[in-house]
Amino acid sequence: MTFVSRGFKGRRQVEAAADRVPPGQYVTDDFPVLSAGPTPLILTENWRFTLITEANEELTWNWDEFQQLPHEQVTVDIHCVTKWSKLDTRWEGVSLDTLLAGVKTSARFALAYSHGGYTTNLPLADLTGGKAWVAFNYEGAPLRPEHGGPARLLVPHLYFWKSAKWVQGLRLMDQESPGFWESYGYHIYGDPWKEQRYAGD
Amino acid sequence: MERTAVRGRLSWLLADVVELIPETPRVKSIRLRVPGWTGHLPGQHVDLRLTAEDGYQAQRSYSIANPPEGENVTITVELVDNGEVSSYVHEELRVGDRIELRGPIGGYFVWEPARGGPLQLVGGGSGLVPLMAMARSLGGAAVPARMLVSARTQEDLIYRQELSRLPTEIPDLRVDYTLTRSQPDGWKGYARRVDRAMLGETTFDSGQNPQIFVCGPTGFVESVATILRELGHPPERIRTERFGPTGG
Ligand SMILES: Cc1cc2nc3c(=O)[nH]c(=O)nc-3n(C[C@H](O)[C@H](O)[C@H](O)COP(=O)(O)OP(=O)(O)OC[C@H]3O[C@@H](n4cnc5c(N)ncnc54)[C@H](O)[C@@H]3O)c2cc1C
Repeated sequence: MTFVSRGFKGRRQVEAAADRVPPGQYVTDDFPVLSAGPTPLILTENWRFTLITEANEELTWNWDEFQQLPHEQVTVDIHCVTKWSKLDTRWEGVSLDTLLAGVKTSARFALAYSHGGYTTNLPLADLTGGKAWVAFNYEGAPLRPEHGGPARLLVPHLYFWKSAKWVQGLRLMDQESPGFWESYGYHIYGDPWKEQRYAGD
Repeated sequence: MERTAVRGRLSWLLADVVELIPETPRVKSIRLRVPGWTGHLPGQHVDLRLTAEDGYQAQRSYSIANPPEGENVTITVELVDNGEVSSYVHEELRVGDRIELRGPIGGYFVWEPARGGPLQLVGGGSGLVPLMAMARSLGGAAVPARMLVSARTQEDLIYRQELSRLPTEIPDLRVDYTLTRSQPDGWKGYARRVDRAMLGETTFDSGQNPQIFVCGPTGFVESVATILRELGHPPERIRTERFGPTGG
C-alpha cells in the first residue's frame, strides 16, 4: 500500500465531483462504447420485453404497450468498470418497479438477457425500490444502437456492464447464475463504491 | 501461504520496467518483468495503477502485446493529449522504475493457437496491440491467419518492421495495410478508410467461418463489425474491443 509511482502527480478530480467518483474512476465527458461484439440493429416494431418468473410464467410487452407504461425521467451518475465515470446523465424509461408490480415472485435473483446473447446477473433487490429502469431515451433523444438502443437496462448504482444493452427481458431465479462478464472473471455483484471490479475484489 | 492465493482474486503486483521501445513518435512499448505473474492469453489486458505521494491514484487498462512468456508482459501505450496515465508513461517512466499492475483481465476477446482457425484480425491504430499478441503467438501453429491493419500514415504504423517480417516467418499469415491520411511514394497498400470492398478483398469469407477479432477506435470498430455482418459472418464469430472514449 505504501508504493509510490516516482514522479506521478496525477490530475485530481474537480473538488465538487470528488465525492461522486468511486475509487479508481475518472470523470469523462465522452460516452465511450464498449461491447463484446457487433451492434445489433433492432427495429422497434420487432422489439419485445419479457419477464419470465421462476415458475416460467411470462409477461411480454411490445414497443407500443411498453410506451403506454408510466415513464420516469432520471438524472444519474454512471460508472464503467473500464474506469470512466460520467456524471449527471439524463435518461427516460420505465421503472422496474412498474414492470414487476403485477408479478408474483419469490425469486431473489434475476438474469437480464439481450439480443446477441449477452446476459448479466443481479439480485432482484437491486432492481426494485426505484433503483433500476428499462431506458429508451438518453439526453432527450432515442437511445442510439451503439449505446444499447432501442432500450437498455439502467442500474446506475452498479458498474455499467450490469446495465445490459439491447435488453430483451429478465429471467427471475431462485439461485444466482453468473452472466456473460461475470463468467469471465468480473465481479458477481459489481459495486463501484467497493471497487468490486473482478472476482474476489 | 497457499491459501492466500484465492482463486480468481487479482492482486496488485509490482512490475519492473525493463525496456522502453519507441514504436512511433506517439507510441511506446513498455517491457515489464512481473514477479508473480501467472500467465495470460493473447487478447487479455492489465490494469495499471499509479499512486502519487499523497495517496492519490489513477488506473487505466492496457492490452498485453506479447504472447505468454513467463513473467514478461509488454504493453504498448499511445500518448493521449493531456492524458493522465499515458503522458506519465511517455514522459516520466524510465527503465528501472517500478509500476503497479494486475491481471490478466478479460476472457472473451482472446485467442490461442489451440482454438484453431482461420483467424481474422482487423486493427486500427493502437487497436493493433491485442491483435499483435495473437499474431505473435501463431509461430509454427499452421493456422491460416489474415490481418488487416489501418493507420493514418506510415509513420503512425506501430510494429511496422515486425509486421513486414512476420509473414515471411509465418507462411500461413497474410497482412494487408491501409493508410488513411497520407501514403509514401510507391505505396502498394490501400489508401482509404476500411470499407466493404477492402474487407471483401482482404478477409476470409464467411464460408470459411473465421474467428474474427476487431479492435480500434469506436467508429472504426462499429463500421468494420457492421460490414462483416453484412458480408455474412455470424455476430458470435465477431469479437470486438474498443479502447474508448470516442477514440482517434
Ligand atoms: C480493455 C482496454 C484496453 C486498452 N488497451 C490500450 C492499449 O493497448 N494501448 C493504449 O494506448 N490504450 C489502451 N486503452 C486505453 C487506455 O486505457 C486509456 O484510456 C488511454 O491510455 C488514455 O488514458 P489517459 O489517462 O492517458 O487519458 P485520460 O486522462 O483518461 O484522458 C485525457 C483526455 O483524452 C481523451 N482520450 C482518452 N483516451 C483517448 C483515446 N484513446 N483517443 C483519443 N482521446 C482520448 C479523454 O476523453 C480525455 O478528454 C485500453 C482501454 C481499454 C478499456
